[in-house]
Amino acid sequence: MFTSIVWAGGLFAGFLGALTGLGGGVVIVPLLTLALGVDIRYAIGASLISVIATSSGAAAAYVKEGFTNLRIGMFLEMATTFGAILGAFLAGWISTGALAVIFGLVLLHSAWLSSRPRRDRSGDGAPDSITARLKMDGSYPTPEGPRFYRVHSVPAGFGWMFVAGGLSGLLGIGSGAVKVLAMDQAMRIPFKVSTTTSNFMIGVTAAASAGVYLNRGYIDPGVAAPVMLGVLIGSLAGARFLAGARTALLRKTFGVVVAALAIEMIYNGLKGRI
Amino acid sequence: MSRTEQSWKNDRVERAIGNLLRFGVLLSGAVVLAGLVIYLARYGAQTPHYRVFRGEPADLRSVGAVIRGGSTLGGRELIQFGLLLLMATPVARVVFSIVAFALERDGTYVAVTFVVLSALIYSLAGGYR
Repeated sequence: MFTSIVWAGGLFAGFLGALTGLGGGVVIVPLLTLALGVDIRYAIGASLISVIATSSGAAAAYVKEGFTNLRIGMFLEMATTFGAILGAFLAGWISTGALAVIFGLVLLHSAWLSSRPRRDRSGDGAPDSITARLKMDGSYPTPEGPRFYRVHSVPAGFGWMFVAGGLSGLLGIGSGAVKVLAMDQAMRIPFKVSTTTSNFMIGVTAAASAGVYLNRGYIDPGVAAPVMLGVLIGSLAGARFLAGARTALLRKTFGVVVAALAIEMIYNGLKGRI
Repeated sequence: MSRTEQSWKNDRVERAIGNLLRFGVLLSGAVVLAGLVIYLARYGAQTPHYRVFRGEPADLRSVGAVIRGGSTLGGRELIQFGLLLLMATPVARVVFSIVAFALERDGTYVAVTFVVLSALIYSLAGGYR
């Protein structure tokens, strides 16, 4: 019974996560802790597992399409993996109530970020000596043929990626919103490239903190198995649905749901009920 | 190296990485599902208690123990083994990238990828604190 509820919750979380672009993790953790009373550390461990699964599944398709910039991804993974390990250690030291409050705040911020319209980066501008040395400039396919782009501000992007990795390890989420922020705002990478490269990095980042969670005993097979299978199927369905649906209204509706979950996490965390 | 040759090579690397990731997710999903079926057949009627955090027993929390546990075909052990396969998928992707960058004779990125790999190994190996 518990297993089927968790599985259905994972299905729902994956679907919602794919539609809002926030990822399944941000929905499954509140669901497990608030609705099912699961300890937040088990919930975060299970969420990390589902994050690896969905990111790797989606990356498999994106990489073949040629949008993902493997060099940028690899370089920034140095920041996200070490951030993730630090975040995972922090998760073991601070109280569950504080974890819930931080989770709620990050969730609110991500929901707000994803609701804002985004303007695409043209990817031109002056050449940058660091990115030239690191061979990060690239091109991506468009209907009119390959389009070249330049990359900027590697140090700033690297710093943001360390933060993104830390949040991922602390809260068990993909931190896609912060990753895209780093690549979109700081490094001025075109939208299609930054979203797919961010997704590509999420799997390695989550694996770096999942190792710590496993060794600490936070990954429970009875919770993680139904979450992983549910979120994986839910997000695949969500991605397919997304391709055919008019999404503006859906995104707005689910954005409200996510914000409500965030506020409830903060409230319960402050009350010491989590 | 001509530009077309370079992009052809990149194409091949990208396709291989895509296939590797898909294979890892499918394999681990299948193992986890099998483990879940066994687990439910044995404990499905009980209500578990996850409100109280106790932490997992030693045989479900280190890489070595999980690998040994996978062959016992117990439900929980098999699930944990499948989850470990999932965690190993990005690690395999990183190892593959080292080889790909080495074939391109790109020393900088071989070094970069080694740093990422060492972070992953440190995390999975445990032994901290």
